[in-house]
Amino acid sequence: MSRTITIEPVTRIEGHARITLQLGDGGEVEDARFHLTQFRGFEKFCEGRPYREMPALTARTCGICPVSHLLASNKACDHLLSVTIPPTGEHLRRIMNLAQITQSHALSFFHLSSPDLLLGWDSDPISRNIFGVMRQDPALARDGIRLRQIGQSIIETLGGKKIHPTWVVPGGVNEPLTLEKRDAMLKLLPEGLEIAKRTYDFFKTLVPKFKDEATHFGRLPTMFLSLVTPQGNLEHYDGLLRIKDAKGRIVEDMVPPEDYERVIGEAVEDFSYMKFPYYKPQGYPKGIYRVGPLARLNNAQACGTPYADVALAEFHMLQESGPIASSFHYHYARLVEIIYALEMMERLLKDPTILDSRVRARARSNRAEGIGVSEAPRGTLIHHYRIDDDGLITWVNLIIATGHNNLAMNQSIRQVADAYVDGNNLQEGMLNRVEAVIRCFDPCLSCASHAFGQMPLRIELKDASGRVVDSLERG
Amino acid sequence: MSTPTRITVATTWLDGCSGCHMSFLDMDERLIELARKIDIVYSPLVDSKELPETVDVGLLEGSISSVDDLEKARAFRRHCKILISLGDCAVNGNVPAMRNYFKLDDVMDRSYRENVTLQPQIPTRGVPALLTTVKPIHGEVAVDIFVPGCPPSADAIWYVLNELIEGRVPDPSSVTRFGA
Ligand code: SF4
Repeated sequence: MSRTITIEPVTRIEGHARITLQLGDGGEVEDARFHLTQFRGFEKFCEGRPYREMPALTARTCGICPVSHLLASNKACDHLLSVTIPPTGEHLRRIMNLAQITQSHALSFFHLSSPDLLLGWDSDPISRNIFGVMRQDPALARDGIRLRQIGQSIIETLGGKKIHPTWVVPGGVNEPLTLEKRDAMLKLLPEGLEIAKRTYDFFKTLVPKFKDEATHFGRLPTMFLSLVTPQGNLEHYDGLLRIKDAKGRIVEDMVPPEDYERVIGEAVEDFSYMKFPYYKPQGYPKGIYRVGPLARLNNAQACGTPYADVALAEFHMLQESGPIASSFHYHYARLVEIIYALEMMERLLKDPTILDSRVRARARSNRAEGIGVSEAPRGTLIHHYRIDDDGLITWVNLIIATGHNNLAMNQSIRQVADAYVDGNNLQEGMLNRVEAVIRCFDPCLSCASHAFGQMPLRIELKDASGRVVDSLERG
Repeated sequence: MSTPTRITVATTWLDGCSGCHMSFLDMDERLIELARKIDIVYSPLVDSKELPETVDVGLLEGSISSVDDLEKARAFRRHCKILISLGDCAVNGNVPAMRNYFKLDDVMDRSYRENVTLQPQIPTRGVPALLTTVKPIHGEVAVDIFVPGCPPSADAIWYVLNELIEGRVPDPSSVTRFGA
C-alpha cells in the first residue's frame, strides 16, 4: 500500500513550500520531494525596462536579502558601464552587504530555528516559535532581536531604509559617508560582537547534544561552491568562484564570475517552480553542490579577522577531516559568519579612506551584456543582463542563492525522513524534523520565487486505490 | 482610558517578497510588548498551520498570482473580522503585477524552457497553477484597511496594530506613502 504524506505549509522558512513523502508498503520512505510553489517571472517581465531600474526592481525578489540583489544587480550594471568603481564606493557596498549578512543570519538562527534548538523538535507547536522563545529564554530572544536590529540599522543608516534601500547605484554608491553616520554605525558594533560571541559560545555547548541531527540532517557527499578572495579566503562581495569536492579537493578555482555558464547548468523538474542548478562538467544530477555559509567556510582557508578565524578553526574540527558534510552545521557556520561580518565592518569603518568623497564612477552603457555575482547570505547570487542600444533590457537570467541548494535540499529531506519518519506511527515531531532540515539551509523562497500555504498541515495516508486510511492534523 | 483587550492576529504572504513581514519584525523590541497584547494565531513565523474559525485581524502581504493565493485570500476574508492589505503588492499589484504586460506562457517559457540547460519543461506536479492576471487583494476579496508602502515602515505597522488593539479604526494615510 503506497501512501503520500504532504507537509504544507513548511513553516518558519522564508517563502512558500510543500514537502511530499512517498511511503512504500512497509511504511518506509520511497521518495521525498521539496516543492517550491510560487513563480514570479522576473526573467521575462524586466524586458523593456531601462537597466538602471534593475537594482530597485530585482531587490523586490526578496525582502530578506534585498541588499544582495541590489549588489549583484549593480555589479551587473557596473559591467554594462565597463567601469571600475572607486575603492571607497566598493568598501561602502561591502559594509552594507555585511550588515545584511548579520541581520539575515540572525533572523535564521534566532527567529526561525532557535525554537527547534531550544524548545525541542517535539515541543508543542503552539509555542514553538520566537514568541515561545521570548517566554522560555527572554535574554536569548532579546539578543536575537537586537542583533538583527543592529544589522538593519546599519543598512538604514547607509541606504535610508531598512528594507529595499536604494543608495547603491551603477558605478558605486549615491553619496559619500558622513562622519556622523560612520560614528553612529561604529557605536553599534561592539554590542553586536558581544552578542554574536555570546551566542556562538552558547551554541558550541549545544552542538554535542545534536550528534544525531548532525548525522542525519542532510549529511551529504556534495561539492561546495562559493566566491573566495584571490588568496582563497572568505569573500562575500566580489572575488572568484571556487568549487571543492566532498573530499576537499579543489575541482575549480579562480573562475571569473563572468564564466559562470561554463561551470553551472540549470535543469528543470516538473514538481517545483525552483530550478535545479548543477556542476556542468559532471552532469545532472551527479553535479550536486551546496552553497551558503557551510560552503563558504568549507572553501575558505581563512576569514581574515581575529575572532572569526578562531571560530573557523573550531568549525573545521566539527569533523575529523575533509569539508564539513552535515547540513545541520549551517547553523554553526552562520554564527561564525556573523562574527566575521561584525569584525569586518568595524575594520572597514575605522579605515579613514571610508570618508573619501569619490564613491561613484559615471558612464553610459558601454557593453551589451553584464554579469554581476555576489554572495547573498544564502549563497552565490548571479544576475545576468543583456541590453539594446538604448539601454533597455532584452534578456535576463537570475540564478538565486537558494536554487543552488535545491538538489541538496531534496536529498536532505529524504535522509531525515529515512531516519525519523515511521509511516506506521506518525508523530508531529517527526515531520517537524523534516521541516527543520530545510530550515538548516535557510532557504529564501521569496528569492527562488515563493508561495506560502495557508492550508493546515494535513497528513493523509492513502492506500493504492486512494482511500484515506489514516490521517493526522496539526495546527 | 479603556483597557486594551487582547486581539488575535493572522498573517500570511501571497505573491510578495516577504519584505512586509520583515518590516513587521523590524518593530524589534516592540515585538515583546506586542506579544503581550496580541496572539499571533497563524503566520509563516509560527507553526500552527490552521487558520482559526474567527480571527480579529488578518494581514495579507503580496498580490494574488496563483490559485493558492486566491484560496488563501478567500480563506482570510472568511475567517478575519478585519482584513488588511499590507504593502504595495497587496494594495496595487506592484512588482508582481508587472508580468501582466506579458502572456503567461511567454513568462513561463523564459524561465523553464529558454534559460535552461537540461530538461526544459513547465512544472505542474505539486505546484499551484498560475492565474493569467495578477491582482491586488481587493481585486478578489473585500479589504477593510489599506497600508501602502514597499514595505510599510515598522512604525506604520505598529501604529495600525495599536489603533486596532485600542479599538479605534486606524488611518494609515498619515504614516504611509506608496513606494516608501
Ligand atoms: S510591497 Fe514591497 S516589501 Fe512588501 S511584499 Fe511587495 S515588494 Fe516586498
